[in-house]
Amino acid sequence: MNVELVFSLGLALLILTVAGFVIVTRGSFAAIVGFVAFGLTLSLAWMGLSAPDVALTEAALGGGVTGALLLGACARLRRASDVEETPGLVGRGAALVLCLGVTTGLVGVVLCLPDPAPTLAPVAKQSLASTGLGNAVTATLMVYRALDTMLEKVVLLLALVAVWSLAPDRFWGGRPVFGSRQEKGGPLIFLARVLIPIGVLVGIYLFWVGADAPGGAFAGGAIIGAMGILGFFAGVSAVPAVSAFRLRVALAAGVAFFLAVGLVGLAAGTGFLTYPENFAKPVIVLIEVAMTLSIGVTLALLVVGPPGESSGP
Amino acid sequence: MSVVLNVFTIAAVSFGAFFFLAGTVGLLRFPDTLTRLHALTKADNLGLGLIMLGLLPHVAWPFGALKLIAVWVLVLVASASASQLIARKVRDT
Repeated sequence: MNVELVFSLGLALLILTVAGFVIVTRGSFAAIVGFVAFGLTLSLAWMGLSAPDVALTEAALGGGVTGALLLGACARLRRASDVEETPGLVGRGAALVLCLGVTTGLVGVVLCLPDPAPTLAPVAKQSLASTGLGNAVTATLMVYRALDTMLEKVVLLLALVAVWSLAPDRFWGGRPVFGSRQEKGGPLIFLARVLIPIGVLVGIYLFWVGADAPGGAFAGGAIIGAMGILGFFAGVSAVPAVSAFRLRVALAAGVAFFLAVGLVGLAAGTGFLTYPENFAKPVIVLIEVAMTLSIGVTLALLVVGPPGESSGP
Repeated sequence: MSVVLNVFTIAAVSFGAFFFLAGTVGLLRFPDTLTRLHALTKADNLGLGLIMLGLLPHVAWPFGALKLIAVWVLVLVASASASQLIARKVRDT
């Protein structure tokens, strides 16, 4: 037996164990910690499958931002005393049936895949030169499937609108209350002061190398968003009011710029979301700049929550 | 030369793995939060540090090596701050 196989089997076993722990554990806090660990082990598995782009996104989003969102939800649930902790037998039975159905469906699909599995990878590689990009994953996201990527950003924006819509009327337009009261010079403030400049730099770096190496707007934006969450939580930067014009511009920049480029392509007669022949790369990079900013701000504000008297953990 | 470097790598990474094991055993076996934190810092500081040290000869100089060192330093900053926060919470309650 070779070493790689042993490592893969061990990792698969670990992922299954952590997933099982998340399901059977009783406390919601322990389940969330398990879920974050699950995201990190999953990103190791993606590395093992030579998919570093997916691994980065999984670690930043599945492990990081989703974990922060769930922790916030957990803290809010704990405050709302009238929420019933455990669903009834019917609810649990329905969840069980649904999960079993999805699992058997997925297993069936994977087992029915022809060998070798159908792939568009060679075609994607072939047209890589015309995009000016060196990373086939970024080319797929920004060129071949640009519409999907743009709609993803719309969904992200809609999610934030949904969160904001939970604000009571009298708080609308105000600042979300988020963060813990820290004494001056406490460890959290130290961490925020030291880590945020480095984290923002790493985020920009990830987006920039995304053109030719693993990385990209989503992973970079997620890290910048995490730095925002840290800054808001430690209280070193003020949470912006949801009605602030600059905030709205930052939120909409990614989708708006993407759409504008798409419409220019339509007007030029080459079609919606097509890039000019010789300037594909600069245009893509500009879209990614706007997207990285929007993703970072949106993710941070998703975790911060709606404006109100008390929100956040 | 490469044999010496390989032996160095194997030794350092094994030591690092040992500290991770010891830290994990401590996390599971120690009686209260503060002692468990103490066990975890051994894994972060020494375990990760030794593994980084062992891998240094095998990455491209200077940027690969600097990235590895940066990873270690960032983990140190993050875990030390997180430990402080948890410990303060324990002290205050």
